[in-house]
Amino acid sequence: MRSLILSSVARIFFAIMLAGSVWVLLRGHNEPGGGFIGGLVGAAGFATLALAAGVEAARRTLVLHPVVVMGLGLFLAFVSGIPGILTDASFLTHQWGTLAGVKLSTTIVFDVGVYLVVVGGVLSFMFRLYAEDAR
Amino acid sequence: MADASTLLVLWPVLIPIATAALTALLWSSPVAQRRVGLASLALLLVASLALTMEVMHEGVIAKQFGAWDAPFGISFVADPLSAAMIAISGILAFAVGIFALGDIKERHERAGFHPLFHGLMAGVNGAFLTGDIFNLYVWFEVMLITTLGLLVVQRGKAQIDGALKYAAMNLFGTILFLIAVALLYGATGTLNMADLARILPQMEMSPGLTASALLFLAAFGIKAGVFPLFFWLPASYHTAPIAIAALFAGLLTKVGVYAAFRVFTLMFEMEGGALREIVAVVAAMTMITGVFGAAVQWNVRRILSFHIISQIGYMLMGLAIATPVAIAGAVFYIVHHIIVKANLFLLAGAIKHAAGTDDLRKAGGLLRSHPWLAVLFLIPALSLAGLPPLSGFWAKFLVIDASLREEVWWLAAVALAVGALTLFSMSKIWMEAFWKKPALVRATPRTVPVAFVVPIALLGAVTLTIGLFADPFVEYARTATAVLVDPTDYIAAVFPGDAPVRTVETEVPVIAIEGAVE
Repeated sequence: MRSLILSSVARIFFAIMLAGSVWVLLRGHNEPGGGFIGGLVGAAGFATLALAAGVEAARRTLVLHPVVVMGLGLFLAFVSGIPGILTDASFLTHQWGTLAGVKLSTTIVFDVGVYLVVVGGVLSFMFRLYAEDAR
Repeated sequence: MADASTLLVLWPVLIPIATAALTALLWSSPVAQRRVGLASLALLLVASLALTMEVMHEGVIAKQFGAWDAPFGISFVADPLSAAMIAISGILAFAVGIFALGDIKERHERAGFHPLFHGLMAGVNGAFLTGDIFNLYVWFEVMLITTLGLLVVQRGKAQIDGALKYAAMNLFGTILFLIAVALLYGATGTLNMADLARILPQMEMSPGLTASALLFLAAFGIKAGVFPLFFWLPASYHTAPIAIAALFAGLLTKVGVYAAFRVFTLMFEMEGGALREIVAVVAAMTMITGVFGAAVQWNVRRILSFHIISQIGYMLMGLAIATPVAIAGAVFYIVHHIIVKANLFLLAGAIKHAAGTDDLRKAGGLLRSHPWLAVLFLIPALSLAGLPPLSGFWAKFLVIDASLREEVWWLAAVALAVGALTLFSMSKIWMEAFWKKPALVRATPRTVPVAFVVPIALLGAVTLTIGLFADPFVEYARTATAVLVDPTDYIAAVFPGDAPVRTVETEVPVIAIEGAVE
């Protein structure tokens, strides 16, 4: 059943949730938050879109297949550990630095990786579940 | 770039993780996934063998993730036992990877075969290498999730049914595992296995610790498929595609056995309490139920599934007797068994392909149509039954010899009887599939793909090598046992500094425990 109210606000909700999820992800650097919880919020955003506008529309908005998103996340998490090997020979030893006044670290790469794994993982079964339901 | 040798400990986990990521990225192209996957399995094999060589020369190697020192960071430790497990699973994964070229269909690949396969290898290798008990739990979860995925890459009723049974029992097992870890942490304040190996011997066995030990035993028992917790195994293994079933048969239950050996040598003592008696009875019952379960089956893969269970009993026998000779025998047994069992599953696939059925009653005549297949079948089949000079003979000889030395006559008698019954089961497959006249004769015999024959021959060659040149392997098992029985090297590798790090803290938990008892 399509609800007019839901489908009208879904895009707005989606944008807010996605922005919120990125905020939670970045906040996780020093405060409660992080890739996992951010990823869940992000996935919830896509799930809302899928409920309102249909799974196909949500898939188009995600562009990549959820499993590819998951793979990308796992790959980023893997890559974030490599600098540790190159410097002091332990995987996942994170590096910190300042570039033009902005504090940077490899942990954020890992967290973005977690974020993508969670978004991809949740959506890969969520989309399927919704698609089955619509049938 | 720092010391490359200690990095060897990380590659057996990092390579499969990176490959799982890459194959997921290549989602739209199964062909590309296949190529990347096979290349990675070759790389994994090289890395695994390199690690084993390094451990043989240098002794125990340890590595701290993120360079956080033990006991606070997560340790990865390769001692001779874990290195052997890594090497053997590297060989197995490579063989299964080749077999999959012929067995895994594109629809399986579209359901995620490649990322799941490599994810499972990461989980298995992580479980073998981790030196942290909670981290071991995490790898068990990784294995559980990827296994569930692999069980349902072929989407059918039987697969979902098998996967549900698998999930129900194994989720229960991991919960027990988690509770055991929590109790242990509550009592000792540490999760690092080397740290536990230093602390636990100084502690009295409190009720909490005893409960923890028993829960570990139950959790690993479920994983290993021991009596009476095995029913999930024959209910699920035969439903998956052959390549996947062979991988499960070779590795999954053995991770449970490995974990039991690790925990009950490094951390808990088998001596004292009723632990030895419990394990001995469980081992005997596991051997017996497995072999009788197999006797009434007619489906090749179901027969083999039940034999996994009975073979697990032999390994537990080593743990129950717990003398260095017995543990060495069990270590040898695990290595021999992983190769032989997986090979038999691959052969079951080849038999099914050649005969067009895996119901033995309908098969037949393969000796005439595929004589070389018969030869390749005899190697692992007779090895499983324990006939000399194959690897299974030495494996059985070592554990039975150990039980005779300890004068545990009844256990030795059970082991011998089960060996004879195993031979009966194998000869049943031989008679029905190879010997007897087929129900209907095919005009043109079905050829078995090269991708099937190569890994079967490869694993057969490994079995023959272990059997004919058993000496270095037995010697290696002894070295592995020496490290298990006396964990000094293991602890020294994780804590390179001479001074014990936690002199003060070690006192605290003892007091806490006494308080808990009062």
